[in-house]
Amino acid sequence: MALIQVNDLYKIFGPNPKRAIPMINKGISKGEILKKTGCTIAINGATFAIERKETFVVMGLSGSGKSTFIRCLNRLIEPTAGEILIDGEDVMKMDQDKLREVRRYKMSMVFQNFGLLPHRNVVGNVEFGLEISNMDKEERRKKALDAIKLVGLDGFEESLTSELSGGMQQRVGLARALANDPEILLMDEAFSALDPLIRTQMQDELLELQARLHKTIVFITHDLDEALKLGDRIAILGPDGRVRQIGTPEEILAQPADEYVKRFVQNVDRTRVITAATVGGRAATITYPREDLQAAIRAMERNKTSSVFVTDADRHLKGIVTIDAAVALQKKGEKDLASIIKNDVYTTSPSTPISDLLATAIATGYPIAMIDDNGHFQGAVSRAAIIAEVNKGYEGSDTEMPQTLSDLQDALQDGE
Amino acid sequence: MDFRTFIDIGGSFETIVTWLRNNMGWLFSIISDTVNGMLGVSRWVLQTPPTFVMIAIFTAIAWFLASKGVAIFTLIGFSLIWYMGLWTLTMSTLALVFSSVVIALLLGVPMGIWSAKSDKVWNIMRPTLDFMQTLPAFVYLIPAVLFFRLGPVPGVIATLVFSLPPAVRLTNLGIRQVPKEIKEAALSFGCTNKQMLLKAELPVALPTIMAGINQTIMLALSMVVIAGMIGAGGLGNEVLRGITQLRIDVGFEGGIAIVILAIFLDRVTQALGTASRKRTEG
Ligand SMILES: Nc1ncnc2c1ncn2[C@@H]1O[C@H](COP(=O)(O)OP(=O)(O)OP(=O)(O)O)[C@@H](O)[C@H]1O
Ligand SMILES: [Mg+2]
Repeated sequence: MALIQVNDLYKIFGPNPKRAIPMINKGISKGEILKKTGCTIAINGATFAIERKETFVVMGLSGSGKSTFIRCLNRLIEPTAGEILIDGEDVMKMDQDKLREVRRYKMSMVFQNFGLLPHRNVVGNVEFGLEISNMDKEERRKKALDAIKLVGLDGFEESLTSELSGGMQQRVGLARALANDPEILLMDEAFSALDPLIRTQMQDELLELQARLHKTIVFITHDLDEALKLGDRIAILGPDGRVRQIGTPEEILAQPADEYVKRFVQNVDRTRVITAATVGGRAATITYPREDLQAAIRAMERNKTSSVFVTDADRHLKGIVTIDAAVALQKKGEKDLASIIKNDVYTTSPSTPISDLLATAIATGYPIAMIDDNGHFQGAVSRAAIIAEVNKGYEGSDTEMPQTLSDLQDALQDGE
Repeated sequence: MDFRTFIDIGGSFETIVTWLRNNMGWLFSIISDTVNGMLGVSRWVLQTPPTFVMIAIFTAIAWFLASKGVAIFTLIGFSLIWYMGLWTLTMSTLALVFSSVVIALLLGVPMGIWSAKSDKVWNIMRPTLDFMQTLPAFVYLIPAVLFFRLGPVPGVIATLVFSLPPAVRLTNLGIRQVPKEIKEAALSFGCTNKQMLLKAELPVALPTIMAGINQTIMLALSMVVIAGMIGAGGLGNEVLRGITQLRIDVGFEGGIAIVILAIFLDRVTQALGTASRKRTEG
C-alpha cells in the first residue's frame, strides 16, 4: 500500500465552491467558471500514490496549484472534495486532535521563505516542533542538537537566525522539520529563494541526507532541472490544476504524455538526466584466474568485440583484455592472462548522467565499466552509445549542427 | 418645532448616566476599591524608601535598560525634582500613571488580541477606539466624577479611557502583521490555538506591542494635569495651582517635573521596545 494515496482531490477557492465541481466535469474552462461563479480552481481532480521512502516531486508553473496541493496534505488548506489517505487513514475526516497528532509526529513541513521564528536562536527554532508536542526540555534539546549536526549547522546553535545567510536559514528550517523525526517531509519550494550556487549545494545535501534517512519526501518546485535532479518520480501539474503526467524523470523526458509536457521538457539537457545504466548494458566478461587466454579470445569472437572485461570470482573488476594483446600472447605460446590484463580502463557508477561521461568516452579507447557501490561489475557503456544518445537530444531542436564542406559546396551551387 | 425635544442626545446620555449611578453603584464601588488599592500599594512602594534610594534605583533602571546618557539624565533630573521639593507629588503622579497603565494593558492587550483574531470584533472596536480618543478628555471627566466622586480614582479612570486605545490598536496590528509563513509553520508542527498565540504570535508581535505600551504611558502622562482638575492630586495639582493663582514659578516647576518624568519613562520603555525589536529583526 502506498504511504500517501490521493484520490480525486479538488480544491476550489471562492464562495460555495462545491457547485463548481459539476461545471468542471462538464468541461467548462477554468476562466469561464471563475467568471460565472467567482471560484478559482486550484486543484482539479488529482489522483496519485506516493510510495514509502521515495522523493515525489510536484512541479508546475506559477499558479498551477502546487502550494495549495502540499497544504492540503496536512490540511493547512481545507480541500474541497476527495480523499487523502495516509497509511490508509483519511486526513480529511480527522478531527482537530487527530490532525494535530499527524502534524506533530507524522509529517513536517519546510517553507519557501523559511518561516523561522525571529525571536528564537537556531536551537530554539529547531526544537520548536518538539516543544509543541510537549517533549521535556533535556530530551528535546538533545534531539535538536542532533538535527543541527545532521544539516551541518554545528557551531551556530546559539546564533540568531536573522544573522544567517539564506542557505543557512533553510538548513535551520530543514533541521526543525527533521528534529521531529517524521516519516514524511513536505517541502514547498524549499530552495527557490536561494542563490543558484547555494541552491545546487542544498540539493546535493538533500540527496545525501535522503540516502541516509530514507524519508518520504514531497517536494514542490517550479524548476524542471530541480525536479529531475531530486525526484524519484515527478508529477507535472498543468495550468488548469490538472495532473498532466506522473513518471520517473527518464519516462517524462523519453515519453512526454501530451503537448504541454513536451513543450515543458524540450529545453532540458537530456544528457544530465539519462544515466549510464540507461544507455549501457551487459558486457562480455571472463573470470580470472579460472579462465585462460583461449576463453578470452572465444568471448570476444562470440560478442564481436575487440575487448573483454576480466573479473574475479566475486565479480570485482580486475581489468580489460584487448584482442591485439591476446593475439600477440597466443603467438608467444603463453596461456596465463596476467601479463596482458590492463587496468587503465575507466569506471563509473550506473547512476552517473552521461553528460559526465562524454569527455571520458571520447578520450578512451575502451568501453566505460559500470561498478555499483559494492564494487561489483554491472556492465559497460560503449562510447558509441553515449555519443548516439547525446546526438538524439539535438534532433528536431534549433541547434545548428556542423555540416561537411561538400554539403556546404552543394548548397552554395544549388543556391546560384 | 424644536427637534431637541424630539431627540435629545445630551439628555439621553444624562439619563443613562443617572440610571447607571442609581442601579450599578455596587459595580462602581468595586472598581473604586480596586483602583484605590492599586494606588495605595504603588504609592507605598514609591514613597516609603528614602528619596536618595529611589533616585539610585531609577538611575540604575535607566542604566541597565536604556543607556548611560539616560542614566545621567535621570540622576540629574530626579535630583532636581527633589531639590524643587516636588518629590512626593511626583511619586504620587507616577503611582497614578502606573496604576492606569497597568489596568490599560490588562484590558487593552487582550482586547487587541481579540480584535486581531476576529474581523467582526475589530469592526466594532475600531470606531469605539476612535470615539474614545477624539472625545475631548474634559467631557468624560463629568461621568467619571459622577460615578466615582472627586479624587484620584476618577483620575485613574479618565486616564485609562484616554490611554487605552494605542495598547489595543498596536497589539491588534502586531498580531495581524505576523508573517503568514510563520503562522503556517507553527500550525504545521501541530500548535494548539493557545500555543500559536503564546509561542508564535505574541513573541513575534512584541516589538509592536511595546511601541503601543510606550504610547499608552505617554498618553497617561499627558492626562496628569487634566486629572488634577478632579482632585487626582500629584503634579497636576501643582500646575493647576500655578494657573489659578497666576503663580508662574509654581506652574513652571510642576511642568518641569512632569517633563523629566515623561522623558525618563519614554526612554526606558523605548529601550525595551528596541531590545525586543533587535531580537526579532537583527
Ligand atoms: N486563499 C486563496 N484564495 C483564492 N484563490 C487562491 C488562494 N490561494 C491560492 N489561490 C489561487 O489558486 C491557484 C493556485 O495557487 P497556488 O499558490 O497553489 O499556486 P502555486 O503553484 O503554488 O504558485 P507559485 O509558484 O506562485 O507559488 C492560483 O490561481 C491562486 O490565485
Ligand atoms: Mg507556491
